[in-house]
Amino acid sequence: MKLVYKKVIMNDKEVEKTLKRLVHEIIEKTNGIENLVFVGLQTRGVYLSKRIVAELKKITKKTVPLGILDITLYRDDISSISRQPVVKETKIPFDVTGKDVILIDDVLYTGRTVRAAIDEIIDFGRPRTIKLAVLIDRGGRELPIQPDFIGKYFPISKEELICVNLKEIDNEDNIVLKEKR
Amino acid sequence: MKLKQKDLLGLEYLSKEEIELILQTAKPFKQLFTRTVKKVPTLRGKTVVLLFYEVSTRTRTSFELAAKRLSADTVNINVASSSVVKGESLIDTAKTIEALKADFVIIRHSMSGAAHIIAKTISASIINAGDGMHEHPTQGLLDMFTIMEKKGKIKGLNVAIIGDISHSRVAKSNIWGLNKLGANVFVIGPSTMIPMEVEKMNVEVHHDISKIIHKLDVINILRIQKERQEQHLFPTLEEYSELFGINSGKLSNAKKDLLILHPGPMNRGIEISSSIADSKNSVITEQVTNGVAVRMAVLYLLAGGDGGQGEIINS
Repeated sequence: MKLVYKKVIMNDKEVEKTLKRLVHEIIEKTNGIENLVFVGLQTRGVYLSKRIVAELKKITKKTVPLGILDITLYRDDISSISRQPVVKETKIPFDVTGKDVILIDDVLYTGRTVRAAIDEIIDFGRPRTIKLAVLIDRGGRELPIQPDFIGKYFPISKEELICVNLKEIDNEDNIVLKEKR
Repeated sequence: MKLKQKDLLGLEYLSKEEIELILQTAKPFKQLFTRTVKKVPTLRGKTVVLLFYEVSTRTRTSFELAAKRLSADTVNINVASSSVVKGESLIDTAKTIEALKADFVIIRHSMSGAAHIIAKTISASIINAGDGMHEHPTQGLLDMFTIMEKKGKIKGLNVAIIGDISHSRVAKSNIWGLNKLGANVFVIGPSTMIPMEVEKMNVEVHHDISKIIHKLDVINILRIQKERQEQHLFPTLEEYSELFGINSGKLSNAKKDLLILHPGPMNRGIEISSSIADSKNSVITEQVTNGVAVRMAVLYLLAGGDGGQGEIINS
Protein backbone atom coordinates (compact mmCIF):
# COMPACT_ATOMS: atom_id res chain seq x y z
CA MET A 1 0.00 0.00 0.00
CA LYS A 2 1.23 3.45 -0.94
CA LEU A 3 0.15 6.69 0.74
CA VAL A 4 -0.30 9.59 -1.66
CA TYR A 5 -0.36 13.19 -0.42
CA LYS A 6 -3.64 15.02 -1.09
CA LYS A 7 -3.72 18.26 0.88
CA VAL A 8 -2.96 20.05 4.13
CA ILE A 9 -5.98 20.18 6.43
CA MET A 10 -4.38 22.38 9.10
CA ASN A 11 -1.10 24.30 9.08
CA ASP A 12 0.98 25.03 12.18
CA LYS A 13 -0.94 28.19 13.12
CA GLU A 14 -4.28 26.45 12.75
CA VAL A 15 -3.09 23.54 14.93
CA GLU A 16 -2.03 26.02 17.61
CA LYS A 17 -5.28 27.98 17.40
CA THR A 18 -7.37 24.81 17.52
CA LEU A 19 -5.59 23.54 20.61
CA LYS A 20 -6.11 26.87 22.37
CA ARG A 21 -9.80 26.75 21.54
CA LEU A 22 -10.00 23.17 22.84
CA VAL A 23 -8.48 24.27 26.15
CA HIS A 24 -11.00 27.10 26.51
CA GLU A 25 -13.85 24.70 25.72
CA ILE A 26 -12.58 22.27 28.36
CA ILE A 27 -12.47 25.04 30.96
CA GLU A 28 -15.97 26.23 30.03
CA LYS A 29 -17.60 22.82 29.93
CA THR A 30 -16.10 21.36 33.11
CA ASN A 31 -17.13 22.39 36.57
CA GLY A 32 -13.75 23.70 37.63
CA ILE A 33 -10.47 22.00 36.89
CA GLU A 34 -9.71 20.83 40.44
CA ASN A 35 -11.02 17.33 39.83
CA LEU A 36 -9.68 17.10 36.28
CA VAL A 37 -6.94 14.75 35.03
CA PHE A 38 -5.71 14.34 31.46
CA VAL A 39 -4.69 11.06 29.88
CA GLY A 40 -2.92 11.22 26.53
CA LEU A 41 -3.13 8.22 24.23
CA GLN A 42 0.13 7.01 22.73
CA THR A 43 1.70 8.38 20.63
CA ARG A 44 0.56 11.79 19.46
CA GLY A 45 -2.17 12.12 22.04
CA VAL A 46 0.61 12.26 24.63
CA TYR A 47 2.27 15.28 22.98
CA LEU A 48 -1.07 16.99 22.44
CA SER A 49 -2.03 16.50 26.07
CA LYS A 50 1.31 18.00 27.22
CA ARG A 51 0.56 21.07 25.13
CA ILE A 52 -2.98 21.24 26.51
CA VAL A 53 -1.68 21.04 30.11
CA ALA A 54 0.82 23.83 29.38
CA GLU A 55 -1.84 26.04 27.75
CA LEU A 56 -4.25 25.42 30.60
CA LYS A 57 -1.56 26.41 33.08
CA LYS A 58 -1.03 29.70 31.23
CA ILE A 59 -4.72 30.51 31.58
CA THR A 60 -5.55 29.14 35.04
CA LYS A 61 -2.07 29.09 36.68
CA LYS A 62 -2.86 25.54 37.72
CA THR A 63 -1.28 22.25 36.63
CA VAL A 64 -3.62 19.42 35.78
CA PRO A 65 -2.17 15.92 36.36
CA LEU A 66 -1.22 14.10 33.17
CA GLY A 67 -1.04 10.38 32.48
CA ILE A 68 0.03 8.36 29.46
CA LEU A 69 -1.91 5.41 28.12
CA ASP A 70 -0.89 2.78 25.59
CA ILE A 71 -3.88 0.72 24.54
CA THR A 72 -1.99 -1.90 22.53
CA LEU A 73 -2.65 -4.67 25.06
CA TYR A 74 -6.36 -3.78 25.13
CA ARG A 75 -6.92 -3.99 21.37
CA ASP A 76 -9.51 -6.51 20.22
CA ASP A 77 -7.69 -7.55 17.07
CA ILE A 78 -4.20 -8.86 17.91
CA SER A 79 -4.43 -11.92 15.67
CA SER A 80 -6.22 -10.22 12.78
CA ILE A 81 -4.22 -7.04 12.31
CA SER A 82 -1.48 -7.12 9.72
CA ARG A 83 1.18 -5.78 12.01
CA GLN A 84 2.65 -6.59 15.38
CA PRO A 85 1.98 -3.54 17.53
CA VAL A 86 4.89 -2.30 19.59
CA VAL A 87 3.85 -2.01 23.22
CA LYS A 88 4.68 1.43 24.58
CA GLU A 89 4.65 2.96 28.02
CA THR A 90 1.54 3.37 30.14
CA LYS A 91 2.03 5.66 33.12
CA ILE A 92 -0.84 6.90 35.27
CA PRO A 93 0.93 8.49 38.26
CA PHE A 94 -2.30 9.32 40.12
CA ASP A 95 -5.43 7.58 41.38
CA VAL A 96 -8.19 7.93 38.80
CA THR A 97 -10.96 6.96 41.23
CA GLY A 98 -13.48 9.78 41.57
CA LYS A 99 -11.67 11.93 38.99
CA ASP A 100 -12.96 13.56 35.82
CA VAL A 101 -10.74 12.02 33.19
CA ILE A 102 -10.26 13.60 29.79
CA LEU A 103 -8.79 11.24 27.22
CA ILE A 104 -6.83 13.03 24.52
CA ASP A 105 -6.05 11.61 21.09
CA ASP A 106 -5.08 13.03 17.72
CA VAL A 107 -7.54 11.32 15.36
CA LEU A 108 -10.87 9.65 16.10
CA TYR A 109 -11.97 7.07 13.53
CA THR A 110 -13.58 3.69 14.34
CA GLY A 111 -13.74 4.31 18.09
CA ARG A 112 -11.95 1.04 18.90
CA THR A 113 -8.92 2.80 20.35
CA VAL A 114 -11.16 4.85 22.63
CA ARG A 115 -13.10 1.76 23.71
CA ALA A 116 -9.80 0.09 24.60
CA ALA A 117 -8.67 3.23 26.44
CA ILE A 118 -11.87 3.31 28.50
CA ASP A 119 -11.39 -0.38 29.40
CA GLU A 120 -7.80 0.27 30.44
CA ILE A 121 -8.57 3.38 32.50
CA ILE A 122 -11.27 1.46 34.37
CA ASP A 123 -8.65 -1.16 35.29
CA PHE A 124 -6.81 1.62 37.13
CA GLY A 125 -9.82 2.69 39.19
CA ARG A 126 -13.33 4.09 38.93
CA PRO A 127 -13.33 7.64 37.52
CA ARG A 128 -16.33 9.89 38.14
CA THR A 129 -16.52 10.73 34.43
CA ILE A 130 -14.52 10.00 31.30
CA LYS A 131 -14.64 12.49 28.43
CA LEU A 132 -12.90 12.48 25.09
CA ALA A 133 -11.02 15.27 23.34
CA VAL A 134 -9.66 14.82 19.80
CA LEU A 135 -7.89 17.08 17.38
CA ILE A 136 -9.64 15.60 14.32
CA ASP A 137 -12.80 13.52 14.03
CA ARG A 138 -12.66 11.80 10.66
CA GLY A 139 -16.03 10.00 10.99
CA GLY A 140 -16.43 6.28 10.17
CA ARG A 141 -17.29 5.07 13.64
CA GLU A 142 -17.73 1.32 14.21
CA LEU A 143 -18.74 1.72 17.86
CA PRO A 144 -21.15 4.12 19.60
CA ILE A 145 -18.45 6.54 20.75
CA GLN A 146 -18.54 10.30 20.30
CA PRO A 147 -16.03 12.97 21.35
CA ASP A 148 -16.89 15.68 23.87
CA PHE A 149 -14.31 18.14 22.55
CA ILE A 150 -13.41 18.24 18.84
CA GLY A 151 -10.73 20.34 17.18
CA LYS A 152 -12.12 19.80 13.69
CA TYR A 153 -14.72 17.50 12.16
CA PHE A 154 -13.39 16.33 8.82
CA PRO A 155 -15.28 13.31 7.41
CA ILE A 156 -13.31 11.30 4.86
CA SER A 157 -13.55 7.97 3.06
CA LYS A 158 -12.02 4.64 4.12
CA GLU A 159 -9.38 4.99 1.41
CA GLU A 160 -8.13 8.21 2.93
CA LEU A 161 -5.89 8.71 5.94
CA ILE A 162 -5.16 11.63 8.23
CA CYS A 163 -1.56 12.15 9.32
CA VAL A 164 -1.07 14.42 12.31
CA ASN A 165 2.46 15.78 12.39
CA LEU A 166 3.73 17.31 15.60
CA LYS A 167 6.98 19.19 16.19
CA GLU A 168 7.98 16.92 19.06
CA ILE A 169 8.34 13.85 16.84
CA ASP A 170 7.75 14.98 13.24
CA ASN A 171 9.69 18.28 13.32
CA GLU A 172 6.63 20.22 12.08
CA ASP A 173 3.08 20.99 13.07
CA ASN A 174 0.40 20.23 10.48
CA ILE A 175 -2.36 17.81 9.56
CA VAL A 176 -2.22 16.20 6.15
CA LEU A 177 -4.78 14.22 4.17
CA LYS A 178 -3.39 11.23 2.29
CA GLU A 179 -4.90 8.53 0.14
CA LYS A 180 -4.15 4.81 0.24
CA ARG A 181 -3.35 3.38 -3.21
CA MET B 1 10.38 -6.19 13.55
CA LYS B 2 8.62 -9.37 14.53
CA LEU B 3 9.43 -12.91 15.56
CA LYS B 4 10.02 -14.86 12.39
CA GLN B 5 9.12 -18.31 13.72
CA LYS B 6 5.78 -19.55 15.02
CA ASP B 7 7.64 -21.22 17.93
CA LEU B 8 10.25 -20.37 20.53
CA LEU B 9 12.49 -23.40 20.62
CA GLY B 10 15.82 -21.93 21.65
CA LEU B 11 17.93 -18.80 21.58
CA GLU B 12 20.24 -20.48 19.08
CA TYR B 13 17.53 -19.95 16.46
CA LEU B 14 16.74 -16.31 17.24
CA SER B 15 18.51 -13.31 15.74
CA LYS B 16 20.01 -10.56 17.90
CA GLU B 17 17.14 -8.30 16.79
CA GLU B 18 14.49 -10.84 17.78
CA ILE B 19 16.05 -11.25 21.24
CA GLU B 20 16.18 -7.47 21.64
CA LEU B 21 12.54 -7.22 20.59
CA ILE B 22 11.49 -9.69 23.30
CA LEU B 23 13.52 -7.88 25.98
CA GLN B 24 12.11 -4.52 24.87
CA THR B 25 8.54 -5.85 24.87
CA ALA B 26 8.93 -7.31 28.37
CA LYS B 27 9.44 -3.81 29.87
CA PRO B 28 5.83 -2.59 29.60
CA PHE B 29 4.65 -6.00 30.82
CA LYS B 30 6.70 -5.55 33.97
CA GLN B 31 5.12 -2.12 34.49
CA LEU B 32 1.77 -3.90 34.49
CA PHE B 33 2.67 -5.68 37.75
CA THR B 34 2.51 -2.40 39.68
CA ARG B 35 -1.16 -1.90 38.83
CA THR B 36 -4.10 -2.99 40.95
CA VAL B 37 -5.46 -5.01 38.03
CA LYS B 38 -2.48 -6.93 36.70
CA LYS B 39 -4.37 -8.38 33.81
CA VAL B 40 -4.92 -7.27 30.20
CA PRO B 41 -7.37 -8.73 27.67
CA THR B 42 -4.77 -9.27 24.93
CA LEU B 43 -5.03 -13.08 24.56
CA ARG B 44 -8.69 -13.43 25.46
CA GLY B 45 -10.09 -16.53 23.78
CA LYS B 46 -6.66 -18.15 23.29
CA THR B 47 -5.80 -21.47 24.92
CA VAL B 48 -2.43 -22.27 26.42
CA VAL B 49 -1.61 -25.90 27.22
CA LEU B 50 1.11 -26.54 29.78
CA LEU B 51 2.62 -29.93 29.02
CA PHE B 52 5.26 -30.71 31.61
CA TYR B 53 6.91 -34.12 31.42
CA GLU B 54 9.32 -33.12 34.20
CA VAL B 55 8.47 -31.70 37.59
CA SER B 56 8.55 -27.95 37.74
CA THR B 57 6.99 -25.42 40.04
CA ARG B 58 8.72 -22.19 39.21
CA THR B 59 8.67 -22.31 35.40
CA ARG B 60 5.18 -23.80 35.13
CA THR B 61 3.71 -21.26 37.56
CA SER B 62 5.50 -18.43 35.79
CA PHE B 63 4.13 -19.48 32.38
CA GLU B 64 0.66 -20.04 33.79
CA LEU B 65 0.62 -16.63 35.43
CA ALA B 66 1.95 -14.99 32.25
CA ALA B 67 -0.83 -16.60 30.19
CA LYS B 68 -3.50 -15.71 32.76
CA ARG B 69 -2.34 -12.09 33.00
CA LEU B 70 -2.87 -11.92 29.25
CA SER B 71 -6.39 -13.37 29.75
CA ALA B 72 -5.68 -16.67 27.97
CA ASP B 73 -7.26 -19.91 29.19
CA THR B 74 -4.73 -22.37 30.58
CA VAL B 75 -4.85 -26.14 30.75
CA ASN B 76 -2.35 -28.13 32.79
CA ILE B 77 -1.70 -31.62 31.56
CA ASN B 78 -0.44 -33.72 34.39
CA VAL B 79 1.73 -36.20 32.55
CA ALA B 80 1.98 -38.51 35.56
CA SER B 81 -1.76 -39.17 35.38
CA SER B 82 -2.26 -38.83 31.63
CA SER B 83 -2.28 -41.21 28.68
CA VAL B 84 1.50 -40.89 28.56
CA VAL B 85 1.81 -43.43 31.38
CA LYS B 86 -0.35 -45.72 29.28
CA GLY B 87 2.27 -45.57 26.56
CA GLU B 88 1.09 -42.74 24.32
CA SER B 89 3.89 -41.29 22.19
CA LEU B 90 4.88 -37.61 22.24
CA ILE B 91 3.58 -37.17 18.69
CA ASP B 92 0.22 -38.72 19.53
CA THR B 93 -0.08 -36.50 22.60
CA ALA B 94 0.73 -33.50 20.39
CA LYS B 95 -1.94 -34.49 17.88
CA THR B 96 -4.49 -34.85 20.68
CA ILE B 97 -3.63 -31.36 21.91
CA GLU B 98 -3.99 -30.05 18.36
CA ALA B 99 -7.44 -31.62 18.17
CA LEU B 100 -8.32 -29.67 21.33
CA LYS B 101 -7.53 -26.48 19.33
CA ALA B 102 -4.80 -25.15 21.60
CA ASP B 103 -3.09 -21.96 20.42
CA PHE B 104 0.08 -22.43 22.48
CA VAL B 105 1.77 -25.49 23.90
CA ILE B 106 4.42 -24.94 26.53
CA ILE B 107 6.45 -28.08 26.85
CA ARG B 108 9.09 -29.33 29.23
CA HIS B 109 10.64 -32.68 28.48
CA SER B 110 13.67 -34.62 29.65
CA MET B 111 14.62 -35.35 26.05
CA SER B 112 16.64 -32.76 24.13
CA GLY B 113 14.75 -31.88 20.94
CA ALA B 114 11.28 -32.81 22.26
CA ALA B 115 10.01 -29.26 21.63
CA HIS B 116 11.28 -29.44 18.04
CA ILE B 117 9.41 -32.69 17.40
CA ILE B 118 6.13 -31.31 18.68
CA ALA B 119 6.65 -28.02 16.79
CA LYS B 120 6.97 -29.92 13.52
CA THR B 121 3.89 -32.00 14.29
CA ILE B 122 1.26 -29.38 15.13
CA SER B 123 0.31 -25.87 14.07
CA ALA B 124 0.03 -24.35 17.56
CA SER B 125 2.91 -22.15 18.74
CA ILE B 126 5.33 -24.23 20.78
CA ILE B 127 7.38 -22.71 23.58
CA ASN B 128 10.27 -24.75 24.88
CA ALA B 129 10.20 -24.64 28.68
CA GLY B 130 13.32 -26.80 28.90
CA ASP B 131 14.28 -29.80 26.79
CA GLY B 132 16.80 -32.17 28.31
CA MET B 133 20.29 -30.74 28.27
CA HIS B 134 19.55 -28.56 25.25
CA GLU B 135 17.89 -25.17 25.93
CA HIS B 136 15.65 -23.25 28.30
CA PRO B 137 15.14 -20.12 26.21
CA THR B 138 12.79 -18.16 28.46
CA GLN B 139 15.20 -18.62 31.39
CA GLY B 140 17.99 -17.26 29.20
CA LEU B 141 15.78 -14.33 28.19
CA LEU B 142 14.79 -13.50 31.75
CA ASP B 143 18.43 -13.63 32.81
CA MET B 144 19.32 -11.20 30.03
CA PHE B 145 16.35 -8.98 30.87
CA THR B 146 17.52 -8.83 34.49
CA ILE B 147 21.09 -8.00 33.48
CA MET B 148 19.85 -5.34 31.07
CA GLU B 149 17.60 -3.84 33.74
CA LYS B 150 20.37 -3.67 36.34
CA LYS B 151 23.37 -2.83 34.14
CA GLY B 152 21.62 -0.88 31.39
CA LYS B 153 23.41 -2.93 28.72
CA ILE B 154 24.77 -6.37 27.89
CA LYS B 155 27.33 -5.57 25.22
CA GLY B 156 30.85 -5.65 26.60
CA LEU B 157 29.91 -7.10 30.00
CA ASN B 158 31.94 -10.00 31.39
CA VAL B 159 29.44 -12.68 32.35
CA ALA B 160 30.41 -15.98 33.97
CA ILE B 161 28.25 -19.08 34.18
CA ILE B 162 29.34 -21.33 37.03
CA GLY B 163 28.53 -25.01 37.54
CA ASP B 164 27.44 -28.00 35.49
CA ILE B 165 27.60 -26.50 32.01
CA SER B 166 27.36 -29.92 30.31
CA HIS B 167 23.97 -30.82 31.70
CA SER B 168 22.53 -27.32 31.95
CA ARG B 169 19.98 -26.08 29.43
CA VAL B 170 20.04 -22.72 31.23
CA ALA B 171 23.76 -22.43 30.48
CA LYS B 172 23.27 -23.21 26.77
CA SER B 173 20.50 -20.64 26.34
CA ASN B 174 22.54 -18.05 28.23
CA ILE B 175 25.62 -18.71 26.11
CA TRP B 176 23.69 -18.35 22.83
CA GLY B 177 21.80 -15.27 23.94
CA LEU B 178 24.59 -13.41 25.72
CA ASN B 179 26.97 -13.95 22.82
CA LYS B 180 24.43 -12.59 20.36
CA LEU B 181 24.01 -9.47 22.46
CA GLY B 182 27.76 -8.92 22.65
CA ALA B 183 28.72 -10.06 26.18
CA ASN B 184 32.03 -11.78 26.91
CA VAL B 185 30.98 -15.17 28.24
CA PHE B 186 33.04 -17.27 30.66
CA VAL B 187 32.20 -20.77 31.85
CA ILE B 188 33.57 -22.02 35.15
CA GLY B 189 33.34 -25.51 36.63
CA PRO B 190 35.11 -28.82 37.11
CA SER B 191 36.43 -30.37 33.88
CA THR B 192 33.85 -33.15 34.18
CA MET B 193 31.08 -30.58 33.91
CA ILE B 194 32.41 -28.58 30.96
CA PRO B 195 31.39 -29.89 27.52
CA MET B 196 34.08 -30.90 25.03
CA GLU B 197 34.96 -28.13 22.57
CA VAL B 198 32.71 -25.63 24.36
CA GLU B 199 35.13 -22.93 23.19
CA LYS B 200 33.50 -23.25 19.77
CA MET B 201 30.46 -21.58 21.36
CA ASN B 202 32.64 -18.49 21.83
CA VAL B 203 33.21 -18.85 25.56
CA GLU B 204 36.34 -18.76 27.70
CA VAL B 205 36.75 -21.80 29.99
CA HIS B 206 38.11 -21.52 33.55
CA HIS B 207 38.38 -23.93 36.45
CA ASP B 208 39.33 -21.42 39.14
CA ILE B 209 37.09 -18.42 39.70
CA SER B 210 39.69 -16.59 41.80
CA LYS B 211 41.74 -15.91 38.66
CA ILE B 212 39.03 -13.96 36.89
CA ILE B 213 36.64 -12.79 39.60
CA HIS B 214 38.06 -9.24 39.56
CA LYS B 215 36.92 -8.59 36.00
CA LEU B 216 33.44 -10.12 36.12
CA ASP B 217 30.30 -7.96 35.96
CA VAL B 218 27.78 -10.78 36.33
CA ILE B 219 27.88 -14.34 37.66
CA ASN B 220 25.13 -16.79 36.93
CA ILE B 221 25.36 -19.65 39.41
CA LEU B 222 23.79 -22.91 38.25
CA ARG B 223 22.05 -25.35 40.54
CA ILE B 224 24.03 -28.46 41.31
CA GLN B 225 21.78 -31.31 40.34
CA LYS B 226 22.36 -33.64 43.25
CA GLU B 227 20.92 -36.51 41.23
CA ARG B 228 23.89 -36.24 38.86
CA GLN B 229 26.25 -37.05 41.68
CA GLU B 230 25.59 -40.67 40.88
CA GLN B 231 27.42 -40.08 37.63
CA HIS B 232 30.59 -39.25 39.61
CA LEU B 233 31.03 -35.81 38.11
CA PHE B 234 32.66 -34.69 41.36
CA PRO B 235 33.71 -36.62 44.46
CA THR B 236 31.52 -35.02 47.13
CA LEU B 237 29.16 -32.07 47.51
CA GLU B 238 31.52 -30.70 50.18
CA GLU B 239 34.42 -30.68 47.74
CA TYR B 240 32.32 -29.04 45.02
CA SER B 241 31.19 -26.43 47.49
CA GLU B 242 34.74 -25.70 48.56
CA LEU B 243 36.09 -25.40 45.01
CA PHE B 244 33.16 -23.87 43.11
CA GLY B 245 30.55 -22.80 45.66
CA ILE B 246 30.15 -19.02 45.73
CA ASN B 247 30.67 -17.42 49.14
CA SER B 248 31.93 -14.08 50.45
CA GLY B 249 35.51 -15.36 50.52
CA LYS B 250 35.52 -16.16 46.81
CA LEU B 251 34.04 -12.74 46.03
CA SER B 252 36.53 -10.72 48.10
CA ASN B 253 38.17 -9.36 44.94
CA ALA B 254 34.93 -8.93 43.03
CA LYS B 255 33.62 -5.65 41.68
CA LYS B 256 31.35 -3.86 44.18
CA ASP B 257 28.44 -3.96 41.74
CA LEU B 258 28.84 -7.60 40.73
CA LEU B 259 25.42 -8.95 39.80
CA ILE B 260 24.53 -12.42 41.13
CA LEU B 261 21.99 -14.56 39.31
CA HIS B 262 20.71 -18.06 40.00
CA PRO B 263 17.91 -19.80 38.07
CA GLY B 264 16.65 -21.53 41.23
CA PRO B 265 15.88 -23.54 43.15
CA MET B 266 19.04 -22.89 45.17
CA ASN B 267 21.04 -25.40 47.15
CA ARG B 268 22.14 -23.04 49.88
CA GLY B 269 25.54 -23.95 51.23
CA ILE B 270 26.46 -25.94 48.11
CA GLU B 271 26.68 -23.78 44.96
CA ILE B 272 25.82 -20.55 46.80
CA SER B 273 26.13 -19.45 50.42
CA SER B 274 23.18 -17.85 52.17
CA SER B 275 25.10 -14.62 52.73
CA ILE B 276 25.59 -14.25 48.95
CA ALA B 277 22.08 -15.42 48.03
CA ASP B 278 20.59 -12.76 50.32
CA SER B 279 23.14 -10.02 49.60
CA LYS B 280 22.32 -6.72 47.89
CA ASN B 281 24.15 -7.92 44.78
CA SER B 282 21.76 -10.83 44.41
CA VAL B 283 18.83 -10.40 42.01
CA ILE B 284 17.52 -13.93 42.36
CA THR B 285 13.99 -13.01 43.46
CA GLU B 286 13.78 -10.27 40.82
CA GLN B 287 14.59 -12.93 38.22
CA VAL B 288 11.36 -14.67 39.21
CA THR B 289 9.30 -11.47 38.71
CA ASN B 290 11.07 -10.75 35.43
CA GLY B 291 10.33 -14.30 34.29
CA VAL B 292 6.61 -13.57 34.18
CA ALA B 293 7.15 -10.34 32.20
CA VAL B 294 9.45 -12.04 29.68
CA ARG B 295 7.05 -14.96 29.21
CA MET B 296 4.16 -12.53 28.67
CA ALA B 297 6.26 -10.80 26.02
CA VAL B 298 6.99 -14.12 24.28
CA LEU B 299 3.31 -15.16 24.26
CA TYR B 300 2.29 -11.71 23.03
CA LEU B 301 4.83 -11.63 20.22
CA LEU B 302 4.09 -15.18 19.06
CA ALA B 303 0.37 -14.30 18.95
CA GLY B 304 1.00 -11.25 16.73
CA GLY B 305 0.01 -10.79 13.09
CA ASP B 306 2.14 -11.33 10.00
CA GLY B 307 4.42 -8.76 8.45
CA GLY B 308 4.41 -5.00 8.70
CA GLN B 309 5.43 -2.89 11.63
CA GLY B 310 5.08 0.54 13.15
CA GLU B 311 2.41 2.33 15.03
CA ILE B 312 -1.30 2.10 14.44
CA ILE B 313 -2.79 5.30 13.10
CA ASN B 314 -6.41 6.42 12.63
CA SER B 315 -8.23 3.85 14.73
